[in-house]
Amino acid sequence: MVRARVRGREDEWTGLMRSAMAGDDAAYHRLLRAVTPVLRAAARRGLARAGQPPDQAEDIVQEILLAVHLKRHTWDSEAPFAPWLFAIGRNKLIDALRRRGRRIFVNIDDFAETLPGEAPEQTASAGEVAAQLSALPQRQRDVLQSIAVEAASIKDTAAKYSMSEGAVRVALHRGLAALTAKLRDQ
Amino acid sequence: MDTDQLIRSLSADNAHRAPRVGAVLTMALLVAAPLSILIFATFLGVRPDVMSAMHNPFFDMKFAVTLSLAIPAIIVSLHMSRPEALLRGWGWLLLLPVGLLAVAIGSEAMMAPAMPMTMRLMGKNSRVCLSAIPAMSLPLLAGALFGLRHGAPSRPALAGALAGLVSAGLAATLYASHCTDDSPLFVATWYTIATALVTAVGALVGSKVLRY
Repeated sequence: MVRARVRGREDEWTGLMRSAMAGDDAAYHRLLRAVTPVLRAAARRGLARAGQPPDQAEDIVQEILLAVHLKRHTWDSEAPFAPWLFAIGRNKLIDALRRRGRRIFVNIDDFAETLPGEAPEQTASAGEVAAQLSALPQRQRDVLQSIAVEAASIKDTAAKYSMSEGAVRVALHRGLAALTAKLRDQ
Repeated sequence: MDTDQLIRSLSADNAHRAPRVGAVLTMALLVAAPLSILIFATFLGVRPDVMSAMHNPFFDMKFAVTLSLAIPAIIVSLHMSRPEALLRGWGWLLLLPVGLLAVAIGSEAMMAPAMPMTMRLMGKNSRVCLSAIPAMSLPLLAGALFGLRHGAPSRPALAGALAGLVSAGLAATLYASHCTDDSPLFVATWYTIATALVTAVGALVGSKVLRY
C-alpha cells in the first residue's frame, strides 16, 4: 500500500522530468515543487542522525535543487528519476555534513524511504544561498533577484534592465552556476 | 532566498540545454590529443622498423592491450559519471586488457624463446616507458578530467582513476608504436607500472576536481 504510493509518486516524477527535458517549464516547476518536501524530510533526518539542528535542512535542500538543475543532463530519460535524484541528494547531504565537520552517517534509505505524507510542505528560506547571492556580479544578481524574488518573467526582466532576453537567460544560467560553485567551494 | 523562489529561478532556466557528458569528454580528448602527439613526435617517434614489426603478432598485441584498456575505460567512466551508477556489472570491462595480456604471455611461453625471460621482461626501454607514458598521459588526463567534470560522479576519486586509465591507455597506444620491446612480459610489467602511476594521479586530482 505505502510501497504502491511511493511507486506511483516516483512514476509521476519520471513523467514530469521527461516533459521538462522536452521543454515543458511548467512540468519542471511542478516536479521541483513535488520533490522538495521529500528532500527536506530526508535532509532533516540526516541532520538529526548526525546530531545537527534540523534548521540547516533548507540549505541542503537548496544545494540539492541547484545540483539537480545543473546536472540534469546526466539523467538518462529511459531510467527512473527517483534513484538519480536520491543519489544527488545523498551526495549533497554527505558533503554538507562533512563541511560541518561531522562524522558521516548517511543512511542510504534516508531519501528513498521518505513517505509522501510525512514531509512538511512549507517553504523556508535558507542562509547560504542568500549569502552567496550577494557575492555574485551585479548583473547576475539583478536577474536572479528579479526572476526569483520578484517573480518577473524573463521578458519583463529584460525590459526592466534594458537587456535582450538572450542576455537575461545567459545571466540567469551563469548566476545559478556561480552560486552552485560558491556553495561547493565554501 | 526561500526555496520556492529558488525553484522559480530554476524553472525559468529550464530552456538551457547542456551537452551530454560523452560529447564533452570526446571534445576534450580531441583537444588534448594533439599535445600528446606533439610530445610523441618530438621526443619519441615511430620505431624505424615498424613495417617489419607489424608482422610480429606480439607487436600488434600491444595495441590490442592498450586499446582494450582505453576504450572500456572511456565507457566505464561515462557510466560512472551518472550519480546513481554502480561499478557492479561494468567493472569487468576493465579486466579485458589483463585477460589479453595473460593470453599473450601464455602464447609467448609456448614458443621457443628468442631471449631469456629476464631479458624479455626487463627489455631495453623500461625507463623511457616509465617516463614517456605518464608524460603523454598528462594532456589527455587533463582533458578527461575536464570532460568528466561535466558529469555528476558520486565517487570522484574513482571517476578520476578512470580518467587516469583512459589517458594512460591512449598514451600507451602511442608509446607502443615507438617501443621496440614487444614481449608481453615487458608490457605487463612496465606499461602496468606507468598506468598505475597515472591512475593514482587521476584519483588524487579527481577527488578534488570531480566533486559537483
